[in-house]
Amino acid sequence: MTLANHYSYWVIIFLAIAGLYIVIARGNLVKKLVGLSIFQTSVYLLYVAPGKLIGGTAPIVSPQFQVYSNPLPHVLILTAIVVGVATLALGLALVVRLEEAYGSIEEDEILPQDRDA
Amino acid sequence: MREYLVLRVIAKMMIAFMLLFALYVQFHGDFGPGGGFQAGVISAAAIIFYAVIYGLPAARRVVPEWLVETMVGAGVLLYATVGLAGIVLGGNYLDYFVLDSNPVHGQVRGIFWVEAGVFITVSGVMLKIFYLFAGRRRNEGPET
Amino acid sequence: MAVATLAIVVQRNLFAVVILLGIYSFMMAAVLVALDAVDVAMTEASVGAGVSTVLLLGALYLTKGDELKPLHRPLLPLGVAAATGLVLVYGTLGLPAFSDPSAPIHRHVAPRYISEGPRETGVPNIVTAVLASYRGYDTLGETTVVFTAGAGVIALLRRIRRRKKEGDPQ
Repeated sequence: MTLANHYSYWVIIFLAIAGLYIVIARGNLVKKLVGLSIFQTSVYLLYVAPGKLIGGTAPIVSPQFQVYSNPLPHVLILTAIVVGVATLALGLALVVRLEEAYGSIEEDEILPQDRDA
Repeated sequence: MREYLVLRVIAKMMIAFMLLFALYVQFHGDFGPGGGFQAGVISAAAIIFYAVIYGLPAARRVVPEWLVETMVGAGVLLYATVGLAGIVLGGNYLDYFVLDSNPVHGQVRGIFWVEAGVFITVSGVMLKIFYLFAGRRRNEGPET
Repeated sequence: MAVATLAIVVQRNLFAVVILLGIYSFMMAAVLVALDAVDVAMTEASVGAGVSTVLLLGALYLTKGDELKPLHRPLLPLGVAAATGLVLVYGTLGLPAFSDPSAPIHRHVAPRYISEGPRETGVPNIVTAVLASYRGYDTLGETTVVFTAGAGVIALLRRIRRRKKEGDPQ
């Protein structure tokens, strides 16, 4: 259990906290969605990275290869990406409606309007 | 973007290849990387490219709204129907072994139709979302 | 990739953020190829870098292009993020090492998929076989989610014009 063995996890964690920070710290709703996307890609890596075997190849069976990387995370993440963009579009649609209703996409401007109303 | 001649000509050349590539990804997905999800997105991207270069009305003429909306629902229905076909032919839901006398051929056939359903829904949804975002700009914003 | 991520965090012009996100997606696709996930990389390149960039740009056109300076100090979110990161790093110490063939992920169902998949389904690409056949229920569910998201966007964005003409007090 050396440190180098866990390097891949730390890259994932860096991406995850970068996304988390954007979501918490920034008031702009589009920026928040971008942060969510980054968080999401860190989860893709979290699934796919452990499935990799050094010396393995992509899971397309061929007589020349013996070792394959794990196909199961690929399947899960493949669908997750497409679902992710669909939900991103849903979020953007909500942002557009908010912009029309409040004239702003900044949390700091929307919340006072709600309080005054 | 109507005045950029280079963009228009290059786009016209590339869109054919993009659609061809989408079909390749769809039908070669059994042997190489690819499948319904990717092919659906690529074909939708080709149409979106067309819409960006030639304007939304031109794209709406090529792929009309009713067709897109039908595709959104039809793909899921096709997928579910493949599952029901498994029951009708004596297997379980989404059981492809019974779709052909040879179980392996049945599997290949089932995967083909399921991927087709995924392709139809994904490309339909992506195109519909783009049409909505782009069409809203036209209705709401000032004339630019 | 780290540079692109930090640039996204710092940059306040949303247009630049969206383009940086596209660059980031392409780099993510390259990383996924290196991890042998060719199907996933293809999806990420077409979806992440292509369609979602177009959608974000479309949404930006409908809203504003610049982000305000945040009113709050960023210290508290930074602290929360750093604390979460530290907890996660501590958690990784208990996980199996990278590319460890005896890790649980490689011993469960995956070997069976690889050894039996091509024979049972006649499809050499195991990802396709698992996606459409072994985990057909999952994929049906995912397709339904995509369908539902599309229906949600349609419900949110369509025919605002008519409602405004009716003189909605809002």
